[in-house]
Amino acid sequence: MSEELSDGVKELESMIGEEYKYGFTTDVEYEDFPKGISEEIVRELSRVKEEPEWMTEFRVKAYHAWKEMEEPTWFNATYKKPDFENMLYYSAPKKKPQLDSMDDVDPNIRETYEKLGIPLEEQKMLSGVAVDAVFDSVSIFTSFKEKLAEAGVIFCSMSEAIKEHPELVKKYMASVVPVRDNFYSALNSAVFSDGSFCYIPKNTKCPMELSTYFRINNMESGQFERTLIVAEEGASVSYLEGCTAPMYDENQLHAAVVELVALDDADIKYSTIQNWYSGDENGKGGIYNFVTKRGICKGKNSHISWTQLETGSAVTLKYPSVILKGDNSVGEFYSVAVTTKKQQADTGTKMIHLGKNTKSTIISKGISAGQSNNSYRGEVRISKNATGSKNYSVCDSMLIGQECGAHTFPYISSENPSSSVEHEATTSRVGEEQIFYLMQRGISEQDAISMIINGFVKDVLKELPLEFAVEANKLLDVKLEGSVG
Amino acid sequence: MLEIKNLHASVEGEDIEILKGVNLKVNAGEIHAIMGPNGSGKSTLAKVVSGHPEYEVTEGEILFNGEGITELDADERAHMGLFLAFQYPVEVPGITNKTLLREAYNTIARANDREELDPLEFEDYITEKLDVIEMKDQFLSRSINTGFSGGEKKKNEIFQMAVLNPVLSFLDETDSGLDIDALKVVSEGVNKIANDKNAIVMITHYQRLLNYIKPDHVHVMMGGKLIKSGGFELAEELEANGYDALEKELVLNGEAQ
Ligand SMILES: Nc1ncnc2c1ncn2[C@@H]1O[C@H](COP(=O)(O)OP(=O)(O)OP(=O)(O)O)[C@@H](O)[C@H]1O
Ligand SMILES: [Mg+2]
Repeated sequence: MSEELSDGVKELESMIGEEYKYGFTTDVEYEDFPKGISEEIVRELSRVKEEPEWMTEFRVKAYHAWKEMEEPTWFNATYKKPDFENMLYYSAPKKKPQLDSMDDVDPNIRETYEKLGIPLEEQKMLSGVAVDAVFDSVSIFTSFKEKLAEAGVIFCSMSEAIKEHPELVKKYMASVVPVRDNFYSALNSAVFSDGSFCYIPKNTKCPMELSTYFRINNMESGQFERTLIVAEEGASVSYLEGCTAPMYDENQLHAAVVELVALDDADIKYSTIQNWYSGDENGKGGIYNFVTKRGICKGKNSHISWTQLETGSAVTLKYPSVILKGDNSVGEFYSVAVTTKKQQADTGTKMIHLGKNTKSTIISKGISAGQSNNSYRGEVRISKNATGSKNYSVCDSMLIGQECGAHTFPYISSENPSSSVEHEATTSRVGEEQIFYLMQRGISEQDAISMIINGFVKDVLKELPLEFAVEANKLLDVKLEGSVG
Repeated sequence: MLEIKNLHASVEGEDIEILKGVNLKVNAGEIHAIMGPNGSGKSTLAKVVSGHPEYEVTEGEILFNGEGITELDADERAHMGLFLAFQYPVEVPGITNKTLLREAYNTIARANDREELDPLEFEDYITEKLDVIEMKDQFLSRSINTGFSGGEKKKNEIFQMAVLNPVLSFLDETDSGLDIDALKVVSEGVNKIANDKNAIVMITHYQRLLNYIKPDHVHVMMGGKLIKSGGFELAEELEANGYDALEKELVLNGEAQ
């Protein structure tokens, strides 16, 4: 490659590898909690959180299940295994959370969220988005609670839901992702600290977007949140999750479980903008993002859609899935995964068709730069009873530079002839020729690159709720712009 | 308007010299044709003039309206009114033709302190330009060249030329891949665009194109140089006798090295 040309690519890479802006730490005092994991620690965790007996037993059972399970190794990533004995499983800011008003939030934490551009104060929430903020393990503040309550919507931290709405939690928790589903779901079930709970009653359209911001601050803590969203018959909700973490040289583990339940005619749209710290150029530090996300279209005509923009984390293993149980239900997965430097992402989805005339759409766009590795892994399974079902999958990869990798692993099985599965995959390189072509038309180099990338991800980003599409574009721009010149 | 003096260019970072002393002068209002065998350096000349980063000018100069442009980036040259219709137009998925053209048009306008067009004005402007080469408006909302047939890609290049209204255009084998009717339409379009303030350099293998777009000058490129220039009759001579005959003749006259 020519010098100027490889300069162009380098520039492109450095634009994409723009410095992480959320890498600061917040000085707060933490409650003391012993490191490591054992039945005692799990019980202690449950006690500190003042949980009811049934929850404690749920955790203990999960802990024993986990102890017997093996850490998975089947994915396309290599990393130093987390040291489970040396991890902190509970980390809460000392000042008591769950507050009545913003004034009670630790000013340091408030400042953190402000720096992140997440306004917690309701009067600032012009966009009308209700926010649940999770700092390390604990939900700090949930806004717009009253307004939501008027509509009958429950939106609160998981800890609160366990106490206030035990019948709902008991009914649905672990109904979509069983405790023993996988190594990390079992671990999460034992030690999850908090997360969001959201319940939309019958025939209710949630009056605003709901969102949760996760922030890992404490260096030694793992983050294990648990999110449960239930949409009753005819209910609909749009939910967004955003994540950031400070820069530490040590890897931190994030092992969340997210469960979605959609009953007849219900509609759940779950969007993620994931920007955990991804480690430095040499692959030091960064978050391990091992998350189990699954939704069930339990009722007929129900609809679940996952949209994700994955830009951060050192290692990501994540496959938001939909079980299409109800007849005529629809599952969708729209994903943009960007990897730079030494990031490794193995992400994709599973669409399990059980009901008749069920439909699923998968659109996955991977962008790899630097020495990163980006894999798409998708499973489409159409069972014998799922007659007349359809899947349409597209997975496109874009490579920037010569040292990165992109891989596609589709697993398709259909057990009935009346169903159809369509799979398309492409790999392209952001070409010097494309950049030159656009520049010849008068477009600057930076705009040309940004046009090419935006063109590539457009089909996915247009699925994000408007407020968040702006945010997503900004995030992509941050990754894209910068050290030009 | 364009003056190329003793231009030598190599593949950047490598010792492969492709252009070996090109001289060419193009005045406003002129139409030139460059012919020559495969691999003789025609496309490279067009790319070097438009600032492709893959090539490095090692000697000589390119003057555009009297100003040396070899140090300028491709977009800066485009702002000055240089246009290249590509031999192989590039696909850019996800960006529509219209978006590209509006960005391009307004970026060039801005660079020249001309008025930009707002989306509505641009809509009218671009629709008018569709007629120049009888292009269907569905091509406006399709991604740049993506999935276009070979001929449609070539047509799209001339459409872009019509929209951007450049001062100097290189048309690199625009005729290859066009069917007989399309060739006629595109040629007529180019003739409509041509005026006494702009200039066109066509690269082609076939005299047929030159029957539609009459060149004032015809040049023959061989081995990285323009070895012979003349009028329309030179094209006819080539068509009849091929490049071999020309080369022999030049060797006999001691003109070729
Ligand atoms: N980047 C490059 N690296 C190595 N060789 C190159 C490069 N670019 C061009 N060349 C060589 O330079 C020569 C001229 O190429 P060019 O494309 O200019 O030819 P052309 O006259 O346009 O031919 P055609 O009529 O087939 O289009 C060819 O031999 C080509 O292989
Ligand atoms: Mg050529």
